[in-house]
Amino acid sequence: MSIATTRRRGIRAPHVLILPAIVILVLGMGYPMIWQVVTSFQKYGLQQQFGKPAPFVWFDNYVKLATDPQLWLVVGKSLAFCLITAAVTLAIGTLLALLMSAVTKTARLVLQIALLLAWSMPVVSAMTVWIWLFDRRRGAINYLLDMIPGVDMNRFDWLSTPLTFLLVASIIVVWMSVPFVAFSIYAGLTQVSDEVMEAAQLDGANGWQRFWGIILPMIRPVVSIVLLLQLIWDLRVFTQIKLLQDAGSKSGDYDLLGTYIYKLGTSAQDFGMASAVSILVLGITIALSWFYIRSLLKEDAA
Amino acid sequence: MRRLRLPKVLLSILAIVIAIVWAFPVYWMVSSSFIPTAILQSFIPTFFPVNGTLSNFTGAVADGSFFSALGMSVAVTLTVVVFCLLFAFLAAVAISRFRFRGRRSFLIAVLIVQMLPAEGLFIAQYKMVASVHLLDSVIGVSVIYIAAVVPFTIWMLRGFVAGVPADLEEAAMVDGLSRFGAFMRITFPLLAPGLVASGVYAFLQAWNEFTVALVLLPSEAAQTLPLWLRGFVQASATRETDWGQVMAASTLVAVPVIIFFLIVQGRLTSGLVSGAVKG
Repeated sequence: MSIATTRRRGIRAPHVLILPAIVILVLGMGYPMIWQVVTSFQKYGLQQQFGKPAPFVWFDNYVKLATDPQLWLVVGKSLAFCLITAAVTLAIGTLLALLMSAVTKTARLVLQIALLLAWSMPVVSAMTVWIWLFDRRRGAINYLLDMIPGVDMNRFDWLSTPLTFLLVASIIVVWMSVPFVAFSIYAGLTQVSDEVMEAAQLDGANGWQRFWGIILPMIRPVVSIVLLLQLIWDLRVFTQIKLLQDAGSKSGDYDLLGTYIYKLGTSAQDFGMASAVSILVLGITIALSWFYIRSLLKEDAA
Repeated sequence: MRRLRLPKVLLSILAIVIAIVWAFPVYWMVSSSFIPTAILQSFIPTFFPVNGTLSNFTGAVADGSFFSALGMSVAVTLTVVVFCLLFAFLAAVAISRFRFRGRRSFLIAVLIVQMLPAEGLFIAQYKMVASVHLLDSVIGVSVIYIAAVVPFTIWMLRGFVAGVPADLEEAAMVDGLSRFGAFMRITFPLLAPGLVASGVYAFLQAWNEFTVALVLLPSEAAQTLPLWLRGFVQASATRETDWGQVMAASTLVAVPVIIFFLIVQGRLTSGLVSGAVKG
């Protein structure tokens, strides 16, 4: 970095260096983004697909969305899904991180390998296995649950009601996301110094007090970033829902925002409305990310 | 009061039980892929591979569509990795070695783009790629992938480039190397671990991606592996689902990823927290 400040004449070089990245970002993200904003103000249906010019209807799409109870239901379900899944992921991830720091070396290694395996599964492969595990007739989960005395889960169809459908989706997302959370928080925990912990213990702080008084404040930056990322990722969950719909019902009752937009764009061919809903999702995402982006920029300045 | 500190042993046993539960789906996939269909057809799950067979694997790849999907996945993944590393490397050098006008705006743009979900843009991306007749092509889907992956790789490499002391370069220049020569001989080799980690990250993203592929590669001949797997499951479901073959197919898609992932996981974890990713 000292070079940079001493070499004023090289002011052109960095702009050339970032040019390819800028071109690809504009092409792959910038242009679609702008197209989407413009289209969300247009009537862009089936006729426009076949070349009819798209008339500007300004806020008509948004007004239609705001007054559509179906959409509010989807938004509500998506938010609930996102909040609950992220909270459960964070809770389990934190507990596993604490567990990792409390067990023997071998046990920790075994747990870490298991989590890595789950983390590294490609999402489509993971979904395929889980769909089989939850299968009505030959699934291992119904089989195991059925063995508990007094529980009759024989041929219980998990994907046949929206609530159990979303429960299954949530379980799968938690399974996939916990490893990242657990590893990140564990990395944070290893930064908490042993001396401080010992001193606290000598002063008579119990485990609970040590967690709230020392550990949590020290790992708060990691926890807040991880929580934020989980919220953002769980809000736009698409692949899991789409593949579960392949296996179960495709009806609108089983939609979250991702599949809702997909259906607006593909089955209904209403790009105007699909764009408007997408803008809503992007808006929520950017609002949520802003805090995170600010903290990264601070890190860059440091 | 609640100072009943559980002995380490009990907690360790708990950790191992949790490990078994967590790894179970992965074990289940691999184990079932070796079990003959006839045994899997019974209503009692088979928890250990008995009479192991490779017939599920040969069955899964029999119609050749697996290899065409593999070819497509390799082509897309290679394109993404190469261009992504190149573009990200150049940009990372710019932002960690220079202070220039627009640097901060560029960083903000990169970070915002990184958070934009494909799930919120695929309609527009479809329309754009279709309008230049690049649906079902390697180029179309690669451009979108590179744009999606490049922000994180820039951020990750930025840390690595900044970690190489500029003094080292200057010393080499004093010794008579050109600025470019100093960079290539001194800095570049020190960056190798960063390039490997970023490259594997790009590989994982391109190899696993589903949403954008689903929209931009509608025809069966242009499927990548995730799409092929989904199609395979659907085709199987029209009859009595052949779970043995489905699990074999799933294993084939997953194994390269698991291997690469284990190689770089250490770096990814730290990188993820300090410069997040799309999930």
